[in-house]
Amino acid sequence: MESVLLKIAASHMRPLLIVLSVVVLYRGHNEPGGGFIGGLMLGSAFILYAMAYGVKKTQKSIFFDPVNLTGLGLLIALASGLPAILMGEIFMTGQWITLFSNTFFELKLGTPLLFDVGVYFTVAGMLMLVMFSILEE
Amino acid sequence: MTLILPIILPLLFMVVLMFTRRSLLFQQFFGIFASVLLLLFSIWLLTDILKNGIMVMQTGSWVAPFGITLVADLLSSIMLVTTSFVGMIVMIYSPGFIDKERQTAGYYPLVFGLLMGVNGAFITGDIFNLYVWYEVMLTSSFVLIALGGSAEQLRGSIKYVTINFVASIFFVAAIGILYGKAGTLNMADLAAKMQTWEANTPINSALMLFFVAFSIKSALVPFFFWLPASYHTPPIAITALFAGTLTKVGVYTMFRFYSLFVVFDEQFWKIFILTLAGLTMLIGVLMAASQFDIRKILSFHIISQVGYMIMGLGIFTVAGVAGAIFFTVHNMLSKTNTFLAAGLVYQKSGGYDLKYLGGLYKASPVLAVLFFIPALSLAGIPPLPGFFGKFFLIKGGFEASEYIITAIAIITGLFTLFSMVKIWNEAYWKKVPEGVSVSGKVHPSTLIATAILAGSVVLMGIFAGPVIDVCLQAAEQIVDPHMYISAVLGR
Repeated sequence: MESVLLKIAASHMRPLLIVLSVVVLYRGHNEPGGGFIGGLMLGSAFILYAMAYGVKKTQKSIFFDPVNLTGLGLLIALASGLPAILMGEIFMTGQWITLFSNTFFELKLGTPLLFDVGVYFTVAGMLMLVMFSILEE
Repeated sequence: MTLILPIILPLLFMVVLMFTRRSLLFQQFFGIFASVLLLLFSIWLLTDILKNGIMVMQTGSWVAPFGITLVADLLSSIMLVTTSFVGMIVMIYSPGFIDKERQTAGYYPLVFGLLMGVNGAFITGDIFNLYVWYEVMLTSSFVLIALGGSAEQLRGSIKYVTINFVASIFFVAAIGILYGKAGTLNMADLAAKMQTWEANTPINSALMLFFVAFSIKSALVPFFFWLPASYHTPPIAITALFAGTLTKVGVYTMFRFYSLFVVFDEQFWKIFILTLAGLTMLIGVLMAASQFDIRKILSFHIISQVGYMIMGLGIFTVAGVAGAIFFTVHNMLSKTNTFLAAGLVYQKSGGYDLKYLGGLYKASPVLAVLFFIPALSLAGIPPLPGFFGKFFLIKGGFEASEYIITAIAIITGLFTLFSMVKIWNEAYWKKVPEGVSVSGKVHPSTLIATAILAGSVVLMGIFAGPVIDVCLQAAEQIVDPHMYISAVLGR
């Protein structure tokens, strides 16, 4: 399927979707969003690109393998349980640090976010793996 | 605290194997190493629980009714040990049997994914979490059964996937009804709540949906048809792993649910379960007797043997349940062993059809012995463990005055012996049919794995006394769930 419109749209949409997926991932703890939806967005950015340019070219343009991305996600999710053990608490107990705080703005980072990052990569990797093998024929 | 390890160890191994999936040699060695590690850990867990009682962990520090609780009592840890032992044997067996394409296409990570799901189902204390572990286990098994993608495999896997999806729908529907009724899904909390309910509270609809879901997964009559239609299609190492673990998770879950939730309407369920157990035993073994493919005979036998386990559940005395637990452990070992021995037959003479087999005893007595031990054990010949399992079940049946089911169990034992002797006569004893060669090479790794497993079956028979002691303790915890409930809720 050769379509100039789709090609131009896909190459412009890809960076946008990637940035948007990170935003959705970060806001997910307290508002709608999160790792799963973010992961779907990240995956769909590359799937859109693959629909326009073909799977081979997409795989060349990215420097990772979808299976490894899934594995990385699982590792990160697993690692998010470990800080609790270091603090002497039960596995997966949430740990938080406040990086930046004043009256207007507060930046808190914690292990639930790290877990979400793991979900993000796992979902994106799995989605890409499935869709690439369907698109590839 | 350490209770999370049966889940995260396989996860970690799976990820390592995912990253290294292209290097065959590393996968083979790491698979064996990792599964040995898992086995050692679960043995340690079993000894610890024997010493200190039920082990509980509240994940993420969310206490019992709110968070996901992990609980391991003796039954869970016995099942953990047996599963990881079967996993280790299959890991040793696989390098010599599964072809290279499948081995590098993610076979090893998937096996650990399956083990993670099975382990999770054994130790979770939350019904929805249980559902999730079932899905983890099934998703891995879906891929394993279709891995390689031959036409026959795809035919089998469509049936397997479809029927398991249907079972999952029943499972989720039951969870929904139960949650609407009780407002909690923590097993111990639910059981404690149920004890305060009046006897006519309408809960049997949800329990019946659960029962249908679990009996599809553990292949009870009338939901067994998917098993013989799909189990013979993948390479036999995969079938052996499935036979040793998957259906038994369904059986384990029935034990757990029966012990916690059914007790307060026991009359209805007791007759129901005993009837189905009897039918399962008889129909499974009769259908096995009419087959000519070794894998199909053994697949039908899985069904018949699940009937024995459910019979122990229906009797539900300490003796009956202990017999059923002993029988389940023995069955996980012997069943896997017979499938692996069939794999040796395949390597030696290139097929599974009894009509085109023969003369294997003369060609290789070692192969014959490796089949002979688990086959006799399944048929219940002393001093092998199958005899003790059946003995305790039948004794429990007599003590509980359940004469009909006990009679069926004895008759089924005879038929089992018949079909094991049939395999023995056709494949090992009779003369080699014309045009069949028995000079195939048997890979040493498969031989070693099968020999270790056969040895462990013999050992289980010799040390039946200590094993049944542990099973009796486990059965006491099942028959009287108060220990479980108070361990989880902390009161």
